[in-house]
Amino acid sequence: MKVSDKEVRYVADLANLELTEEESARMLRDLNSILDYVDSLSRLNTDNVEPMAQVSERYGVDQSKQGSDRFAYASREDILYGLRKSLPHEEALANAPEPDENFFQVPKVIER
Amino acid sequence: MELTALTIDAARSAIEERKTTSMALVESFYERIQKEDGEIGAFLTLTKERAIEQADRIDRMAAEGRPLPPLGGVPAAIKDVMCTRGVRTTAGSKILGNFVPPYDCTAVARLEAAGAVVLGKLNCDEFAMGSSNENSAFRPVRNPRDKTRVPGGSSGGSAAAVAADMAVAALGSDTGGSIRQPAAFCGVVGVLPTYGRVSRYGLIAFASSLDHIGPLTKTVKDAALVLRTIAGRDPMDATSAEVPVPDYVAELEKPVGGLKVGVAKEYFGEGLEPEIRKAVEDGIQVLAKLGCEMVEVSLPHSEYAIPTYYIVATAEASSNLARFDGVRYGYRAKGVRTLSDMYRRSRDEGFGAEAKRRIMLGTYALSAGYYDAYYLKAQKVRTLLTRDFDEAFKKVDAIVTPTTPTAAFKLGEKVDDPLAMYLADIYTVTADLAGIPGISIPCGRTRENLPIGMQILGRHFDEATILRLAHAFETHGS
Repeated sequence: MKVSDKEVRYVADLANLELTEEESARMLRDLNSILDYVDSLSRLNTDNVEPMAQVSERYGVDQSKQGSDRFAYASREDILYGLRKSLPHEEALANAPEPDENFFQVPKVIER
Repeated sequence: MELTALTIDAARSAIEERKTTSMALVESFYERIQKEDGEIGAFLTLTKERAIEQADRIDRMAAEGRPLPPLGGVPAAIKDVMCTRGVRTTAGSKILGNFVPPYDCTAVARLEAAGAVVLGKLNCDEFAMGSSNENSAFRPVRNPRDKTRVPGGSSGGSAAAVAADMAVAALGSDTGGSIRQPAAFCGVVGVLPTYGRVSRYGLIAFASSLDHIGPLTKTVKDAALVLRTIAGRDPMDATSAEVPVPDYVAELEKPVGGLKVGVAKEYFGEGLEPEIRKAVEDGIQVLAKLGCEMVEVSLPHSEYAIPTYYIVATAEASSNLARFDGVRYGYRAKGVRTLSDMYRRSRDEGFGAEAKRRIMLGTYALSAGYYDAYYLKAQKVRTLLTRDFDEAFKKVDAIVTPTTPTAAFKLGEKVDDPLAMYLADIYTVTADLAGIPGISIPCGRTRENLPIGMQILGRHFDEATILRLAHAFETHGS
């Protein structure tokens, strides 16, 4: 087994998930089965291979340039209000589960 | 004239020539949805007001004798991962069950600007994570060709809506095969554009280095029309590329004779059902008869595509889905005492099983001590997979493969085995990882009369060639 029950709880903690007992048990089984399968990657020698975070690094950029200059097309002049106006206050709060007139409300952050 | 069976050009011309109206079309489609969709479950939300307003605008243009825009009056529907201003957008998740976006996704806005009428929002796997549409928090979608079977996923609602004549065209999203796989299962056309070709502004993010928006349609020409409309640089999405968009429709009619088409043996190995193999091999023969030169190519790292994909995609998903915290929008658990309690319970009650599984896998792959072994390793293998395609495309203009190893499977068949479900994407994830374009087109039926899909992959930003091949195959194939 690659992952223990303790690790499942640790990762759930990192991911801000509160798994039930039943969910934890299933997660333990599923993660181990998937990670066993993923293990085939370790068969490949990748010592001299560059990692690839995204496709745009390789295509659609000016190959003759270096660094961020390659993505020059994606930058623009800094303009005061951005490409669209900020949302009106009301609209920005419209989807909030518990707004008051001005703010997003949340439960107490610090226990006393 | 059966209004709901029309293609884009036929629908648009019928309105322009005043044989019908956009409003009549909209009404026929809503009647059809009313009649069929109770069983199929493709739509999550209908946008009747918005549709009627747009239809009225198109009808006034037609009445004035003005030429209609390219998608004028064409009823379309949108996968519910694309934001629509003032219209609930759920991503198939309970956590966004009441989310009403304050803005439109660029692809949707471009569709409407070209005259399309948006009928509604389409069901999908939660956060586009799935291959059967059974991960929708609302209800599974049934395959219109056989209602005991899944439509594929994650754009299952999009494929089902087009297959069942409940929309002329639909927008879907593809991160590991989510447009092409359901297109194959439902017997429609589905296009994965090149990474960067179509803006993702307003697309609810799953895995940002892999997410694409693309069309599902009844014909290749319709797919070309929709793609031409939504493609092109958008300043609101820094990953959308500054690459000129060809007239895909005009390109369709160019001859395919002399094109070099690759066949990769890695896509015809173990796990491929004999009936699918036969249908795709017949498809390859059709292309050969049309004058294409068939060339054997090798994509040696293909067997590593699924494990690579499930590390890269879940790592990115765990990061993207961290924003769902119950603070600014989305579901918040009741009766929570502290902030941390609120995060945890809201996420636990709001996300479904597959979303949690992927968040967990991704968080694990990114966590201290495992980053190098999993995430970094997968990124390196992604380079190898991409180089495979670079090498192959030095020799050929396109590559033909099956879209899926099997035809549509039964509802419930794979829900308890996530790994078996992931393998449904074995032939589609490679294109997402490499960022190349692909199309799935119908190429026959199984003995049980289930649709089979053939996939054609192309070079970066060369959708024109794969659309041209697909169009030639569609015209001369069956």
